[in-house]
Amino acid sequence: MTDERRPMLQAKGISKFFPGTVALDNVDLTLHGGEIHALLGENGAGKSTLIKCLTGVYRRDSGRVLLQGKEVDPTLTHHSQRLGIGTVYQEVNLLPNLTVAENLYLGRQPMRGPFVDRRRMNTQARDTLRDYGIQIDPAQPLSTYSVAVQQVVAIARAVEMSGKVLILDEPTASLDHEEVQLLFSVIRRLKDRRLAVVFITHFLDQVFDICDSATVLRNGQVVGRVDLATTSRNDVITLMLGRQLAAQVRAPKPKAGGNTLLQIEGLQKTGMLNRFDLSLNEGEVVGLAGLLGSGRTETANLIFGAVKADQGKLTFRGKEIQLRNPRDAVAQGFALCPEDRKTDGIVGELSVRDNIILALQARQGWMRKVRRKKIEAIAEHYVRTLDIRLANLDMPIRLLSGGNQQKALLARWLATDPNFLILDEPTRGIDIGAHAEIIALIGRLQQDGMALLVASSEMEELVAYSNRVIVLRDRTQVKELVGEEITSDNIIRAIAADPQVEAAV
Amino acid sequence: MTRNAFLRRITPQLIILAIVLGLNVLVFPDFFDVEMKNGRLFGNLIDVLNRGAPTALLCLGMTLVIATKGIDLSVGAVMAIAGATAASLVVEGNHWLVAVLGALSVGALCGLWNGFLVAFLRIQPIVATLVLMVAGRGIAQLITEGTILTFLDPGLIHLGAGTVLGVPTPVLIWLTLGLFVAVFVRRTALGMLIEAIGINEASSRLAGINSRVLLVCVYVVSGIGAAIAGVIVAADIQGADANNAGLWLELDAILAVVIGGNSLLGGRFSIVASLLGAMIIQSVNSLILLSGMPPEFNLIIKALLIIAILVIQSPKVGHLLYILRASAPQPHPKQLPPLKENLR
Amino acid sequence: MIRSTHLPLIVTLATFVLAYALCAWQYPSMLSLRVVANLLTDNAFLGIVAVGMTFVILSGGIDLSVGSVIAFTGVFLAVVLRDTTLHPLMAFALVLVITSAFGAAMGSIIHYLEMPPFIVTLAGMFLARGAAYVLSTDSVPITHEFYDALQQVYWKTASGGRFRLIGGVMIVTFLVGIMVAHRTRFGQNVYALGGGSATSRLMGVPVASTTIGIYAISGGLAGLAGIVFSLYTSAGYSLATVGVELDAIAAVVIGGTLLTGGFGFVAGTFFGILIMGLIQTYIVFDGTLSSWWTKIVIGGLLFAFILLQKGLTWASTARRKVATGFVTPS
Repeated sequence: MTDERRPMLQAKGISKFFPGTVALDNVDLTLHGGEIHALLGENGAGKSTLIKCLTGVYRRDSGRVLLQGKEVDPTLTHHSQRLGIGTVYQEVNLLPNLTVAENLYLGRQPMRGPFVDRRRMNTQARDTLRDYGIQIDPAQPLSTYSVAVQQVVAIARAVEMSGKVLILDEPTASLDHEEVQLLFSVIRRLKDRRLAVVFITHFLDQVFDICDSATVLRNGQVVGRVDLATTSRNDVITLMLGRQLAAQVRAPKPKAGGNTLLQIEGLQKTGMLNRFDLSLNEGEVVGLAGLLGSGRTETANLIFGAVKADQGKLTFRGKEIQLRNPRDAVAQGFALCPEDRKTDGIVGELSVRDNIILALQARQGWMRKVRRKKIEAIAEHYVRTLDIRLANLDMPIRLLSGGNQQKALLARWLATDPNFLILDEPTRGIDIGAHAEIIALIGRLQQDGMALLVASSEMEELVAYSNRVIVLRDRTQVKELVGEEITSDNIIRAIAADPQVEAAV
Repeated sequence: MTRNAFLRRITPQLIILAIVLGLNVLVFPDFFDVEMKNGRLFGNLIDVLNRGAPTALLCLGMTLVIATKGIDLSVGAVMAIAGATAASLVVEGNHWLVAVLGALSVGALCGLWNGFLVAFLRIQPIVATLVLMVAGRGIAQLITEGTILTFLDPGLIHLGAGTVLGVPTPVLIWLTLGLFVAVFVRRTALGMLIEAIGINEASSRLAGINSRVLLVCVYVVSGIGAAIAGVIVAADIQGADANNAGLWLELDAILAVVIGGNSLLGGRFSIVASLLGAMIIQSVNSLILLSGMPPEFNLIIKALLIIAILVIQSPKVGHLLYILRASAPQPHPKQLPPLKENLR
Repeated sequence: MIRSTHLPLIVTLATFVLAYALCAWQYPSMLSLRVVANLLTDNAFLGIVAVGMTFVILSGGIDLSVGSVIAFTGVFLAVVLRDTTLHPLMAFALVLVITSAFGAAMGSIIHYLEMPPFIVTLAGMFLARGAAYVLSTDSVPITHEFYDALQQVYWKTASGGRFRLIGGVMIVTFLVGIMVAHRTRFGQNVYALGGGSATSRLMGVPVASTTIGIYAISGGLAGLAGIVFSLYTSAGYSLATVGVELDAIAAVVIGGTLLTGGFGFVAGTFFGILIMGLIQTYIVFDGTLSSWWTKIVIGGLLFAFILLQKGLTWASTARRKVATGFVTPS
């Protein structure tokens, strides 16, 4: 990455203002060909604003962007594409109804006269994708293929169209381990092709795995540009947060000696979960570990009745119960904070107040409206205790930041005074400050005697609050760790009992 | 909603209505005159309220359906079916109350069918209700056997052409029902829950809301509203016209809901604003009539006015306003109070 | 190769063949070329307008104005030919320009003001119908030797069937529509919009010009359908073709196009039209069935096709993720 002195892309003094805030303040970014560069920062640090300014989604308010030394000012996404800057987002921005080849060549199809030359398009697509390591029939609709394949197609499209700079905005968020490796092999090839790659992710492991250097943003400013080969993880975290947080994550871990609350025997559903057994005590936190696709979310959904199980026996406080849908679960005092906040959690346009009251109201039934005074009391109580930061309770919840949305969702369930709380990835996609608060909250709830089941992909987090950890692999319960056994190493070892994964981890 | 928020919500509709009514006065100075003749109120204002009754009744259900991110294209056809049912029942010699009950049941049944397709078979509402929109008039013709089925039952006719204490019955019916539904959805949690499923059904289901039953309910309400409208229209002309009863009225109802400021994408709704929307449409009709313009200009003027109103309310304009309002950085309280606190 | 996306088209075809076989079995005379010729002639205007509707629906939109535009075109032609000395060909060109511009204007409002097509074209429906009323509220007969000449253009079969010009216009429209939808960049952009307009924009699809183009095509084809309809009836009447937009939408859906956009074929719409025409022909042949059965049967067919598509969507999401193949990068 040092042979080409002239940078591929140079952004100098980029600023962007939104009403009331400075989103980017005099930001510099330098990218070299053949370099994979990470863009790091907490949520709201300005990463996506910077990307949007580079690709023409937003107009920058000041600053210059030089592409191979020439000043550019794209005003539309496809302008920037034509200039050589391609972007791939977390949610695949391709069209599921078109074929793979059509997606790859949309807008630049090989033509014969006035007509699209389909045969040539399909052959070219097949050849191109083979270069990216996937062999598929490009004449099939994109929706027939997995997210990872779609992601590779998106990258291929971006690279084939632009070919100088590739921006990857959280491309791995919904991929499992193997799929991430496939993606990384594709990215490494692009590095060999002298592309400048920008990689944005929440997973620091992946940053150190694949990136050469990083620019760290905080509050719209660049706080450091580092060479990752010579920088420690702690240093990077310190730059991102501006404070040492590692110690804060450790919550007190008390006894787990209450009465048996819930007993699950032989819970299963074909294609989702093979067999799941669990006995849960009051005041106990059980962690659910495993890679993405190992059955974590499925377990949570099956216990909550969000998905109907093929079979399984649930005994709650000594009585057998049937859960056909979430309503039945809520009636028993269960609660579930889902993994995907935006699609399964918040009701975006409704006010924060309505969102907090929703589950309680649903349980009371539509006839008996929760009294106004009580609504206010509950909403204000949780805004205070959970430190939900908002302008007022009437604002639509979608305007809150990820962390505050998560807290409001927790408030929704705490308002129903649950006996059993299931949290699915409670800290995904939220900034590290809120992250620590939510972990501390789990500890507090446990001390109040609530039973919790927490599914998470963050080992350190599970270690911090779990009394027990159940490890899932390939939709099967493979290991239970108790007390002192709970360490990141042990969890990883249990996940990776399969030698192939072990080597990769 | 507090009283202030409620007023703020319906202000645009009130202003538009005031303007249109003002124009009415301009072309016809005696517009607001109401007089009592033979025990019945007469006047242009009464006419607006009376003629707007079918649209207003359709609006009630349509607002709720649209709030769930749905749409009900079948209401015009359901009106025809209900009118035909009521007419054929009285012609067969049944009591008019039986006929009305029969028509309402048929309307509810149509709503049940739509609701079943939407909530259980998960078919897009526009597609699901299209089936009944296409087939419905055929069914109505099947009932009337292709003729205009006339009747002379005074009880039934009273619903469309009679008065109660001088007020035309249709006006009384839609005002009462409108008020009832508007208050009912807010006094109970129904309104909020309907909004929740319209905005995000997956989240609502996970929060324990019985979204399927609610969805079926709103389509049933829409069907019943359409049935009442159908009975009124049939009673007014003393006959069931399967071909023309309620023709294109679904479009008027949808327009009224949209003019009422309710988003076709579902979510927050206001019944009162929709009813105002229905009255705006009717006032526009009255304006064209009173201005003495040749009747062939009716449609074109109505279309232009509607376009103007819609452009004013277009999301693009609304978006601009929204950006100006929604920007509020948040304070940063430090010390956390204890979590468990007695709330009750 | 047969793909799941082709299945609705195949079912439409099978339905048509089966329905025709049933009709022919009951009334062997329905097998004659005369019936086929009439099927094409009687449904010519509906077919033409359904091609435009297919484009609109493929893009995820809807056009409620087409019935009114057909009526407007008829009245416009009748009035122009009655009151001026303009040659019909000039009048045709003029009306095609007007209707295309009208469609383009609706497309612009939909795109630039971000208003739902349903509402915009609803207003357009009122506007076009209103314009027709303003021109004339009575039925205006068209008498012009050029019209007579055009009406005399037909190919007569041995059995006495007449394949008229307007049936031919419909078939040509379908052929052109098929080529444009499946073989041009514009066509691909239409499908892209139906797959998701935000994503299309990110992928560089010219959303504005495509949206405007789609509604211009629909408006223009409604104009062409109006010309054909005026040739068919030799008159212009502002109350004609009420509800044709519904028939066109039904034909598109029965033709296997997903009403939410993104999936479907123009060719399917052709068979959708034929199926609907067949139902009407059957009822005429039967003689005892009342006309309202047409509506009920079409409603039933609509329902059947909607269920079919629903089933296919379910099946394809269930199958997803299985069909992946990685090769080790070399």
